[in-house]
Amino acid sequence: MSATFETVAGIISETCDIPREKITPQSHAIDDLGIDSLAFLDIAFAIDKAFGIKLPLEQWTQEVNEGKAPAEQYFVLENLCQRIDDLVAAKKA
Amino acid sequence: MRLEYFDMIDTVTTFDPSQKRIATRSTVPSAGASPVFEGHFPGHPLVPGVLLTETMAQASGYLLLALNGLTQMPFLMMVDKARFRTFVEPDAVLDVSAELIHEGSGYAATKAKVTIDGKPICDADLRFRLMPFPADMRELMETRIAAIGLEPVRN
Repeated sequence: MSATFETVAGIISETCDIPREKITPQSHAIDDLGIDSLAFLDIAFAIDKAFGIKLPLEQWTQEVNEGKAPAEQYFVLENLCQRIDDLVAAKKA
Repeated sequence: MRLEYFDMIDTVTTFDPSQKRIATRSTVPSAGASPVFEGHFPGHPLVPGVLLTETMAQASGYLLLALNGLTQMPFLMMVDKARFRTFVEPDAVLDVSAELIHEGSGYAATKAKVTIDGKPICDADLRFRLMPFPADMRELMETRIAAIGLEPVRN
């Protein structure tokens, strides 16, 4: 598993008090882990700080609400980690 | 301050958009001027910690409103590392300041503190959800920030 996933899983476990072993790359943050919107903002804050990025949560939420993107695209952890890696790479470029 | 109306900030002394900081000042009402002191505590009036937290949140909220030009309304969503170091009595003059620590997507984090004559009174890390203004709240906020002398950044 990627270093990004390990960091994100650790953040979720600590922030939401979810046992680390329950968090897998295939976990859906909302459907599987039961993370609500307030807790997700907490996670986003920790991710922003850990990776030096700004997760575009408002844009993602709008895309999901308007049916332009499936929620899985952003909220399944392996996909979330890919977005994080993309944002980190874009920042370095 | 008008404690029972949750008007916690009297005036803005400085707002620095480049540093993302705000400094404000508030005077605690006299003991007989607020019913809050009738209960907290009878014969021993002290400003409740929850109202000091609200005071720090409002200073932070005005900072966020000024920085975003009143495009989104901040709602307090988290209080972290709150410390209440000294009692606050009636008639105290509070210097309440806040700085933006992180601006996320749909949320923001601040550090806020209260001092009296430079002495630390309380401090906290606060986080706010940034949302569209409900109903006519934007007009209310426009009126309020004008009343405390805050000039927001207009884009």
